[in-house]
Amino acid sequence: MAYEYRPFDYVPPPGLTAAEPRHRVAIVGAGPIGLAMAIELANHGVPAVVLDDNNVVSVGSRAICWSKRSLEILDRLGVGQACVDKGVTWKVGRTFHRAAEVFNFDLLPEDGHKMPAFVNLQQYYVEEYLVARAQAMGIELRWKNKVVAVERHADHAVLTVETPDGPYELEADWVIACDGARSPVRGMLGLEFEGELFEERFLIADIQMQADFPSERWFWFEPEFHNGQSALLHKQPDNIYRIDLQLGWDTDPEVEKQPERIIPRIEKVVGHKNFTLDWTSIYTFQCRRLRQFVHGPVLFVGDSAHIVSPFGARGGNGGLQDVDALGWRLAAVVKGAQPAAILAGYDRERVFGADENLLNSSRSTRFMSPEDGVERLFRDAVLHLASRVDFARPMVNSGRLSRPCTYPLVAPDADLPSGARPGSVAPDAPFDDGWLLDALGREFVVLALGQEAPAVPGARGVQPALNDHLRRRYLGSAERAVYLIRPDQVVAARWLTATPDAIAAAMAAGWGG
Amino acid sequence: MVLVTKPNIADADGFYARLLATHRGLSAAESHALNARLVLILANHVGEADVLEAALALARDGA
Ligand SMILES: Cc1cc2nc3c(=O)[nH]c(=O)nc-3n(C[C@H](O)[C@H](O)[C@H](O)COP(=O)(O)OP(=O)(O)OC[C@H]3O[C@@H](n4cnc5c(N)ncnc54)[C@H](O)[C@@H]3O)c2cc1C
Repeated sequence: MAYEYRPFDYVPPPGLTAAEPRHRVAIVGAGPIGLAMAIELANHGVPAVVLDDNNVVSVGSRAICWSKRSLEILDRLGVGQACVDKGVTWKVGRTFHRAAEVFNFDLLPEDGHKMPAFVNLQQYYVEEYLVARAQAMGIELRWKNKVVAVERHADHAVLTVETPDGPYELEADWVIACDGARSPVRGMLGLEFEGELFEERFLIADIQMQADFPSERWFWFEPEFHNGQSALLHKQPDNIYRIDLQLGWDTDPEVEKQPERIIPRIEKVVGHKNFTLDWTSIYTFQCRRLRQFVHGPVLFVGDSAHIVSPFGARGGNGGLQDVDALGWRLAAVVKGAQPAAILAGYDRERVFGADENLLNSSRSTRFMSPEDGVERLFRDAVLHLASRVDFARPMVNSGRLSRPCTYPLVAPDADLPSGARPGSVAPDAPFDDGWLLDALGREFVVLALGQEAPAVPGARGVQPALNDHLRRRYLGSAERAVYLIRPDQVVAARWLTATPDAIAAAMAAGWGG
Repeated sequence: MVLVTKPNIADADGFYARLLATHRGLSAAESHALNARLVLILANHVGEADVLEAALALARDGA
């Protein structure tokens, strides 16, 4: 069935009648990223007020593929299990050229992780769960509060907010702009959004149908049913299927948006007429980012900071990794435990992450939508070879699905498995009766394996009983190791053995990021 | 490894003839496509990034 939008209540904000005390943090935008940011800060004991110009969750499914890392982050925020329970879990992707399958991948070939590789779940559900969670935690969500002006000062910012009852002003030490790809805040600060627009258009359609289609991602290059272009089919909950069809740059989006144009195209994909259109949209590819994400008291997170083309699911997932990187740092700054200078670590790491996402996303776009001439020549050569020989298959690029990046940290390291090297997200593993990641996060953790955790002020010691997964992911051939893990579950440093002083020094450096 | 730029094919004339023969009967577009596949096949055989980089630079030189 189609999703039922239930509007959230607008409540006249106190600022309409009397000046409000200055807020610690104001978040502009209650999309997935703004909501996640507010909950993450609340988990760290920092209250934030969230302002959104609208009063419903995402119109249209938009982000549907949530990565393992996003699920881990959402789990820490209290909604991960709900997303997994409702979502369609998948890990196999198949790529076709014309009628033949040329390539398939399995994203999580090994067990011993709490979260699956990916679930498909419409963005409106994720937002619904986040809203419920935020409200249950007492976070103030102000619907129909539209930010129309931002004034930056040295140590705070002033927002002008429009409501159905008129405008008011709101002061905050920190403003987090989570106001999406078109970010009005970015515009108000006059910041340039640099990058590329690809001359390509895709039609995206969610259709509802009863079908016995496997929980897999299917991507076609030049399928017979769609005249030489690319197509993607992906399953969502509620019998909804996402279909993406490449249209080319010469098409007129106004014409292509008409159901009488869309329906025959979909009929060709699924081979019958037994479906209804749930939501459609036409999009172009853009790959852009702000040069910096930290602008004095105004911080950019999510699509306001960077946008990528959708293949690879790096938009929503990338935004959640921003939340992960900012929350613990900003909380420490707000509480006065660390200087504001540590926010440079957020900027540096997430610019790095955004660049990795942009690079992958523009490479996929190039492959899917090659320019005439040599780009198309090599693309076609790869597809031709891929059905005949193995080596060309990894070159076939229908989107490289979101994975967390490994930040380039300069930190103590030892001869231990590379998947857990400094800068990487600590890999999950079974831990006692639960999961390792549930034991990490919120504060610095000293994870000691095969030895006692050295006591370090300000860090919590964790000493799991060893099992095969822990050994494989954290020890390799070593007998013991000490890992220092940041509040965002990223490995800060590691040693075979370490003194409390060495760990404390790495922790101090870790705050600087 | 470094890119081999000294003669390395025993029968240079024979290979050259085989290359042309492989293209015989193809249109210009088909020949371009064949060459593109050939580049990918040989590049995969070489594999090593440094050698490929040197080959790309040498091929581009003077273009
Ligand atoms: C067709 C499509 C498919 C996609 N597929 C995927 C996918 O499979 N996986 C994935 O990870 N990502 C995907 N994405 C990207 C994903 O939707 C975005 O990255 C994600 O929504 C970004 O979240 P956000 O919270 O930063 O911004 P948004 O979700 O855009 O939220 C911004 C919020 O700010 C509010 N706002 C705007 N202006 C103001 C203002 N002046 N005052 C107050 N509030 C304001 C808006 O109402 C909105 O609620 C897709 C996107 C599209 C368009």
